Amino acid sequence: MNQALVALERVTHAYSGPPVLEGVTMRVDAGEFVGIVGPSGSGKSTLLRVLAGSLTPVAGTVTRTGPSRIGYVPQVETVNWDFPVTVSEVVTMSRTSGRWLPWSSKAEQAEVATVLDRLGLGGLGRRHIRELSGGQQQRVFIARALLRQASLLLLDEPTSGVDVRTRHDVLHLLDDLNADGLAIVLTTHDLNGIAAHLPRLVCLNREVIADGAPRAVITPDVLERTYGARMEVIEHAGMPVVFEGGRHHEDATGTVAPVIDIREGAR
Amino acid sequence: MSGGALLEPFTFEFFRNGMVVATIAGALCGLIGVYVVLRGMSYIGHGLSHSIFGGAVASSVIGINVLAGAAVWGFASALMINGVTRRRAIGGDAAIGVITTAAFAVGVALISVRRGFSQDFDALLFGNVLGVERSDIVVVALVAVGAAVVVFLGYRQLLFTTFDPEVAETSGVSTARVDALFSLVLAMSIIATMRILGVTLIAATLVLPPVVARMLTNSFSRMLLLSTGIGAFCGLVGMYASYQLDIASGASIVLTGAVLFVGVFTVTGTQARRRLGHAHL
Repeated sequence: MNQALVALERVTHAYSGPPVLEGVTMRVDAGEFVGIVGPSGSGKSTLLRVLAGSLTPVAGTVTRTGPSRIGYVPQVETVNWDFPVTVSEVVTMSRTSGRWLPWSSKAEQAEVATVLDRLGLGGLGRRHIRELSGGQQQRVFIARALLRQASLLLLDEPTSGVDVRTRHDVLHLLDDLNADGLAIVLTTHDLNGIAAHLPRLVCLNREVIADGAPRAVITPDVLERTYGARMEVIEHAGMPVVFEGGRHHEDATGTVAPVIDIREGAR
Repeated sequence: MSGGALLEPFTFEFFRNGMVVATIAGALCGLIGVYVVLRGMSYIGHGLSHSIFGGAVASSVIGINVLAGAAVWGFASALMINGVTRRRAIGGDAAIGVITTAAFAVGVALISVRRGFSQDFDALLFGNVLGVERSDIVVVALVAVGAAVVVFLGYRQLLFTTFDPEVAETSGVSTARVDALFSLVLAMSIIATMRILGVTLIAATLVLPPVVARMLTNSFSRMLLLSTGIGAFCGLVGMYASYQLDIASGASIVLTGAVLFVGVFTVTGTQARRRLGHAHL
């Protein structure tokens, strides 16, 4: 078994009303690539914040093991694009320890240039973040996480509001980073474009509905329990493809059935 | 105007003192103002200066050192604003409105109950640049150096916390501690400059330089330098203009900033329209 970077045990969280997360148990191991899917308001972003450590749950335990550094990439909609900050300034702001001078040393400048080059942002260091395309903007925040040598990258809706090509590029970049050993957890609404391509999916609707490989998780029953609506699933080129437009389903009791754990060698 | 008339004000010590203190105070407010504006708390200067006025009056009534009492009152108000904004779904602007007006009201209530103060609060309300002494210059200079050291050593933490507080927290930055330190620096800056600029005009000296600097650059580090320089320039030119035009110095400093704002706003707006025009050709 791989080393767990973060493990949640029966985690519940509420803001000022009913719980947005209830009894969530999951773990993220070193080198994993996990997608979290669910409808709006299902607790995806809250779960990501709990994993990141920026939210302390009202109940349950969060265990971090090993020297896990977390890189958090927020939703682009939450970024203040009018803030006067260049690409290099965003990337280096995460280096808050080990250097007390405001400006970068030559070694750090070289490190920033290497990270920017790797993410296809070479030569854009002096640009204002608003002057970049949607995909480049996303990569700036990934670069910030990489510069602090994160072992776990958390991304909140990394492909929302971007075109198909950019989505493709971002997914490929994340795949490359994961192949280099970086553990990744992302939230997404995109079942066909993103979720179906990931090795592990967590279907969330306040509780974990299912957790496993996409082919096992993306089924009409699981999707109906997750989204409250019937969806058809067909297989194309060995991958599940979801068709929306089935019968709308509402659970009159409001209860959610036990977690379906369908991963190979489920823990 | 002859050369002698141009240099005449520099023959007076009170004017030289005023010019030095206005320049340092302008630079200090320009530096701190960058964080104030980018945190969307432009009215905190206005609110805190009122709150500190309440603290000064209360300290006078209690019989403790007015400056020390005002400092504690101002720092406590700034901390409360941060605390309320963090813990409840209340915006920073509303928190500023509630806490600082309440603190100001305490001062007003005490003045109405206890008439005949030995302390003169006119300078706090309206400022008195020309009445400054060497000790005032030393106080403002010390606070300015302290603020510059905090900004220099905490540059990345302050930038991260201002730009992206949630991610800063997950990246190991204690945003609560950074906010508390910034509140302390802000309160000290307002107290140090309040006697010079006055409660009523201090907000403008915190807001105008960073706003002008923001129109001139897209880089945070350059905005910090520009805003500090613009603040110092407004203090220097505003003081000189106040002597030559025979108008109140606080108003003259703020109006210098306002003229700069209009000028830069007009020029950068015209440049942007030109670029847009070229792009559409």
